[in-house]
Amino acid sequence: MAKVVTFFVMFAFWVVMSGMFDAFHLSLGVVSCLLIAHFSHSLLLYGDPKSWGRGFFGILFYLPWLFWEILISNLQVTYIVLHPRMLDLIDPQLVRFKTSLKRPLSKVTLAQSITLTPGTVTVDIEEDELLVYALTASGAESLPGSAMERRIAAALEGGK
Amino acid sequence: MILNIVSIVLIALGLFFFAVGTLGILRFPDFYTRVQAAGKCDSLAAVLVLIGIAVYNLGDLSLAAVLVSIKILFIAAFVFISSPTATHAITDAALLIGVKPWTKEKNTP
Repeated sequence: MAKVVTFFVMFAFWVVMSGMFDAFHLSLGVVSCLLIAHFSHSLLLYGDPKSWGRGFFGILFYLPWLFWEILISNLQVTYIVLHPRMLDLIDPQLVRFKTSLKRPLSKVTLAQSITLTPGTVTVDIEEDELLVYALTASGAESLPGSAMERRIAAALEGGK
Repeated sequence: MILNIVSIVLIALGLFFFAVGTLGILRFPDFYTRVQAAGKCDSLAAVLVLIGIAVYNLGDLSLAAVLVSIKILFIAAFVFISSPTATHAITDAALLIGVKPWTKEKNTP
């Protein structure tokens, strides 16, 4: 099952990338996608087949909200950078906090989202504890149990 | 015409954030804060510029142009994945070898 789905995802990607629709290029695509699907199907999709669709659509609905958050926090960092007394505004600190997320995919999503929003960088994840470097005190305080974590939980872990 | 205006606005916004990111690198006090400015403002800026180019490319609506635009959007998606990964790796490496972070208490008299 994973191989079939991987093949179709890879082939769709091939067609978009090549943009050639003659028999020669399409058959090249079929051959290489079959090889990739056979050897590395466990990289793209793993676990329960029911969770694949949830992962895909969950991320799809999560992305617009994330983009909005990135815009807002980028404007905050822009304000800090352009402020004449910039050193008074920043208060860098390292924060540790526990996350309630269970799946590796959702933990990675949380870590990447934290790093993408300006002002915070995920330094390390150990089990369920994240080490985050924050630029301002307010950024550090807003991390544990944030709206971001709740949205990821709803998008990727809801049905479990 | 409308497409041109949209892409000009997007690219100009992207350039603005690039400029802010560069200013941040120059103004921030230590390594970690500079990584913040470099890694983050630039990822949004790069994505804005790329989307602007993708929109501009749709000027003549043909299958080839749409495919090229989709490829540009793929680049944007990969920037969104790779940029935080690189930022994370650099910060983690710096902490491991013991680069001291700048803190407020240490530096205010």
